[in-house]
Amino acid sequence: MKRKGLMVLPFALWAIIFILVPLGLIAWYGITVEEPVAYTEITLEDGTPAFRLEDGTVQTQEPWQKKAVISFQNFKRMVEPTYLRLLIRSLKIALLTTLICLILGYPVALILTGKDFKHPTLWLMLIILPMWMNFLLRTYSWMSILENSGILNSWITALRNAVPAIDQWFTARGVGNKIIFLYNENAVILGMVYNYLSFMIMPIYTVIEKIDKSLLEAAADLGASPSKSFIRVTLPYSLPGVLEGITMVFVPAVTTFVISQLMGGGKVPLIGDIIQNQFGKSSDWHFGSSLSLLVMVVVLAFMGGLQQIDKDEEPQKEVRIF
Amino acid sequence: MENIILSIRNVKVVFEDGFTALGGVSLDIGQNEFVTLLGPSGCGKTTLLRCIGGFEKPTSGEILYKGQDIIPLPPYKRNINTVFQRYALFPHLNVAQNVSFGPDLRHEDKKETAKRVGEMLELVGLKGFEKRRISSLSGGQQQRVAIARALINSPDLLLLDEPLGALDLKLRREMQLELKRIQRESGITFIFVTHDQEEALTMSDRVAVMRAGEILQLGTPVDIYNEPESAFVADFIGASNILPSTMVRDKLVHFLGVDFPCVDTGFGENAPVDVVLRPEDVKLKPENDPAEGVPFGTVESLLFKGVHYEMKVRSGNDVLLVHSTHARPVGARVKLTVAPEDIQVMRKSDFSPDVRARKGEGGVQ
Repeated sequence: MKRKGLMVLPFALWAIIFILVPLGLIAWYGITVEEPVAYTEITLEDGTPAFRLEDGTVQTQEPWQKKAVISFQNFKRMVEPTYLRLLIRSLKIALLTTLICLILGYPVALILTGKDFKHPTLWLMLIILPMWMNFLLRTYSWMSILENSGILNSWITALRNAVPAIDQWFTARGVGNKIIFLYNENAVILGMVYNYLSFMIMPIYTVIEKIDKSLLEAAADLGASPSKSFIRVTLPYSLPGVLEGITMVFVPAVTTFVISQLMGGGKVPLIGDIIQNQFGKSSDWHFGSSLSLLVMVVVLAFMGGLQQIDKDEEPQKEVRIF
Repeated sequence: MENIILSIRNVKVVFEDGFTALGGVSLDIGQNEFVTLLGPSGCGKTTLLRCIGGFEKPTSGEILYKGQDIIPLPPYKRNINTVFQRYALFPHLNVAQNVSFGPDLRHEDKKETAKRVGEMLELVGLKGFEKRRISSLSGGQQQRVAIARALINSPDLLLLDEPLGALDLKLRREMQLELKRIQRESGITFIFVTHDQEEALTMSDRVAVMRAGEILQLGTPVDIYNEPESAFVADFIGASNILPSTMVRDKLVHFLGVDFPCVDTGFGENAPVDVVLRPEDVKLKPENDPAEGVPFGTVESLLFKGVHYEMKVRSGNDVLLVHSTHARPVGARVKLTVAPEDIQVMRKSDFSPDVRARKGEGGVQ
């Protein structure tokens, strides 16, 4: 027993230093605010004005010290419409991203696991490969495609110049010379979908790939057409992968700030941007921490909800989904 | 045969890598027949079954089911059901939901289905198991669920792919009888795949012995056992003495250095053949016994096997396996008698012991 206890030590240390302490710090910052230290003005024996701080120290400079006071005013501030609106927008964009990733990713995973599909590993590699490039680089390349003088716009212009009919079509719809793709919610969602799609495909692929092929044969044997056997066998069995994919996309999507800053150009601030601001420009670590705590609660609630579904759909349980 | 339900005609399966799994198999199966495909692993028996079920597409040939070629039909359009080797039960559904999978797909009346599920479970001896989870069932119980799940669709043809392979010996014996009973009572044609010769002989109306993608011999268990047509069948079907011999002339065969009268004809004169002697057909007598018999050799080993003794008798390089209820002590010199009708003469094949020895494959035993 003792030896086993010793073996846990490195991990315990790791957990304490890199998980518990930072969490504790965030929690502490989150529930406190800074207040100026109280003081009284006094005159020293030689007649110079001075200040006596509340802890008894005396100094001649005007007091600059601050102290942390436990207060929930940051939480009150969070429910102000400005921040609530940001949170709701973040959730909306994250959910939309997750949904689009699911709609795009599930068929991809399904096709890749198809029995007649040649070289699935190669295709999987091609899907993952872009993820090995720097995240910023990937996002910047989207920007260079979509920006006003970007690749897409120059192609469209070339096309409009070449084919008058297309130009008329665009003009009839009131489209100017340049189409503005960037700096709106859609651009942010596009950036997120592009960056997180593989996180949806991978877990679903893994789960579908592991489904015992004889179960599909059994379903066909009992009279299930391919679509029915998908609904009755593949879908229920792939659910754990779907839930995992949802988590892997939703959690980073709800906390990101880089994509919204680049693709949104600061016009679509998300809760992550505000948090980043508090630790940067505004340098209000206390409010930043409170907001972080809020996001953590939201993510935890979301994952808790997902787990509930997972439990319900667990194959062991006698629950019929369809 | 009357009422042929399934007619397999010259079915060939060549896999993508060029391996010939089935090299032109033909087989007619009658209504309410229990036919077993018997053979070692890799002989193509499962491939043939998968062709009938629709999970494998033959490279050429025809499979006529009630006169209709079913090869173009996908599995779900064939009124044939399969009991899979590892049962392939749906672990997310309970026993009743597994059994009702087929009827539910056809949107049959729920009440009626529930009633039939009950009947099916009773038939396979799992009454009251409706709400149980698949994971809580033993191998034998899962196997019964798999059978019930197939039978509830009232198929005319049930395919069983080594369904008893995962069970222990006692349970397997029970299930053999059970399956035979179900087959008789339901009137369904069974095609059963196994590599267990005892299972095949116990259950089947007819047995097709397969090897390397071919049916070597098709016949009743008694025919297959008593009159194997080749050394491979004789060897596979059970312990046998397979002896390289010469057919001296009709009804006289020469082996172990002696001419034996037999009942076989039509092999020609002085033709090389193989002879099968069942161990229980060889009678041993002490050498000094006044009764008739061919002086042979000495008892090399003696094993008690329960019902009988198993002895190995050696004379020079020839070793003969003998089963008898009378033990002869090790070292005793014996002579032997074989009734003419117990000598089974077969044409030479590439599985003959002397052919295989020449090719360096070693003996049969």
